[in-house]
Amino acid sequence: MNKTVLIIQREYLSRVKKRSFLLTTILVPLVIIGFYAAIIAISISGSSDTQKVAVIDQSNLFDGKIPEDKDDKTPYTLIQNETEQSFKDKYKELGYSSFLFIPQTDITHPQGLKLHSPSAVSLSAKSKIENRVNKAIEMKRLSIAQIDPEKYKAINSDISIDNAVDSASGEKKSVAGVAYAVSFAAGLLIYMILLIYGMMVMRGVMEEKVNRIAEVIVSSVKPFQLMLGKIIGIGAVGLTQFGIWIILVIGLQFILPLIFPALFHQMAEQAANNPAMQQGGGASTLLTITEGLKNLPLAKIIFCFIFYFLGGYLLYASVFAAVGSVVSEDQQEAQQLVFPIMMPIILGFVIMTKAVNDPDSGLAVFGSLFPLTSPIVMMGRISYDVPWWQLALSMLLLILTFLSFTWLTAKIYRTGILLYGKKITWKEMWKWAMRKS
Amino acid sequence: MNILEVQHLKKYFATQKAVDDISFSIERGSIFGLLGPNGAGKTTLIRMITGIFYPDEGEITLDGRKFDPINDVVNIGYMPEERGLYKKMKIGEQAVYLARLKGLGKEESIERVKQWFIKFEMQSWWNKKIEDLSKGMGQKLQFVTTVLHQPKLIILDEPFSGLDPVNSNLIKDEIYNLARNGSTIIFSTHRMEQVEEICDHIILVNKGKKILDGSVSQVKQQFKENLFSVGLDTIPEFGTSGSFEVIGRKENTLFVKINQGYRPNDVLQYFLSQNVGINSFSELLPSLNDIFIKLVEGTPATRQFQTVTA
Repeated sequence: MNKTVLIIQREYLSRVKKRSFLLTTILVPLVIIGFYAAIIAISISGSSDTQKVAVIDQSNLFDGKIPEDKDDKTPYTLIQNETEQSFKDKYKELGYSSFLFIPQTDITHPQGLKLHSPSAVSLSAKSKIENRVNKAIEMKRLSIAQIDPEKYKAINSDISIDNAVDSASGEKKSVAGVAYAVSFAAGLLIYMILLIYGMMVMRGVMEEKVNRIAEVIVSSVKPFQLMLGKIIGIGAVGLTQFGIWIILVIGLQFILPLIFPALFHQMAEQAANNPAMQQGGGASTLLTITEGLKNLPLAKIIFCFIFYFLGGYLLYASVFAAVGSVVSEDQQEAQQLVFPIMMPIILGFVIMTKAVNDPDSGLAVFGSLFPLTSPIVMMGRISYDVPWWQLALSMLLLILTFLSFTWLTAKIYRTGILLYGKKITWKEMWKWAMRKS
Repeated sequence: MNILEVQHLKKYFATQKAVDDISFSIERGSIFGLLGPNGAGKTTLIRMITGIFYPDEGEITLDGRKFDPINDVVNIGYMPEERGLYKKMKIGEQAVYLARLKGLGKEESIERVKQWFIKFEMQSWWNKKIEDLSKGMGQKLQFVTTVLHQPKLIILDEPFSGLDPVNSNLIKDEIYNLARNGSTIIFSTHRMEQVEEICDHIILVNKGKKILDGSVSQVKQQFKENLFSVGLDTIPEFGTSGSFEVIGRKENTLFVKINQGYRPNDVLQYFLSQNVGINSFSELLPSLNDIFIKLVEGTPATRQFQTVTA
């Protein structure tokens, strides 16, 4: 066992000491910081659009004046004495990003409205403009129907519903969006881990085989020790990386308020003034996120994340190691053999994207129990309340599968690592795995 | 006393009898040549002796005890034909790592690596990476890592390939040195002139079976063809002599093959009776190369696959 520790040490240190490890470990949090910064930047700037829209209103929908609107700060300018044809060539020079042409049209069946722009306008910009025109048309129709606009506004209802989740730990304010995001992110992370670290194990095994190091090493240690040492060593690299990231992200939570004091002040104020928050202002979005995070069972999520990371990694790493051991120099050969392994991982990811939307569907439950997909799919369900028996069963199945896979793949590895020059098929690998030792 | 005894060793693969009932023994402190054409089963044989493979049948006795693949690791040093080292690892660290895998302690490993590096004038290499080394330099390092833990049995598969004459001699001297200090060396190669020079005892393996076993001089005696060279003042006109046939000449030297039932004396007597001055007379023993080719020739260059029913 002592020798396995030596191998783990080497595998771990030789990777952690590499420059690329330092780079990815630092770069990824930077990307996360960048993401945070982008959210903040967007929140601070609000929804101020730099679009300037000119309107030619031949139906006189707006009665010569475009009303202010709290959701739409786009500056609209009514243009008089121009036709669609004549203005089409000028609006860019006059500094407008687009112009809306409203022809003479019937108020009950308006048609022929056209938005001119040099390039396609964004969906949100288009829907804002449509919204404006719709409102104007509604007003016109109201007056035709002789309904008082004030009365109409009073009748009109616009509410948002808070979803209260009644779980054992008491009533919590649901934060579906945050739960969705956390689940999705965790599932995505596990998916990437399985692929990245699995491939890392495979490349490591291939390196040993191609450079014929394996033969030297297995004259000193058992092949299983070499395989185990590599898998554990690389897994430890992964854990180290996550450890660093978690520390950085938590550190960030504390540092951010110091960097953007104004923003958080504003947030706190808003929260005080308006406890039943609506979406809208950017700062409150951020507050919703922090609020939502507080309501999630974070300890459970982190525990499960680590468990499924380890379980999934150990399960797939042993398979990747077996594949690495049967491949001789050819990269393409490796690709072919890797593909069937990636299938369940990708399948897991697909099920996970469904599971975050519908965590209790049959597919999601199956995917989170089936050990080849459970590490990914269960993470997709984890921020919603997963029944304890399902969680326990899923973990048990994962452990059992990982143990039996390691046992089988070790037999493939032992044979493959010393075999050169021959192309190995899945059938042969199966035979090796099933052989009695 | 024999350091290694191999008895009726068999290893069958699905399509080949890689090693088919081979027995031999190696004396302590000797240099043992394991010869054979490509694909004869040498590597499989070596892998069983190093504990990488378990034999299907047969027994290996190391140093008087039954060979134990796990605990005897420390007694064996193996340098495979295709050499392997981690390309990105520093040379010193790598040597220490391999020594520790053999079971040496950390301090001891470092100490020994340093000693060997000084011996081979490699001190300045410690922090270099393998990928910076030439093939020959890598070879020296591999040799060092093989013998670092002072194994009782050292197995070298083509140790001189890629080495220049100077470094070849360095390694060769070290092999003699190790043998003198009680290590036993199994030396596997195709280079027959090296075998003749270095080995005490050889076996020749072909198609999974042992076809020759003996000391170098024994083997040569066994395969001699009664060929002699006779150096003469002038080459006389020949009548016929029943005692020998001339099979070649080079300037004033005749190469003769003595016929069945005659002795070298009969040849000399013939030339004496011809009244020719004899300058030299010596037996021509076959080279190992000739013996090798003779024994292996006629068998297919690479082994055909066969179905094994075992």
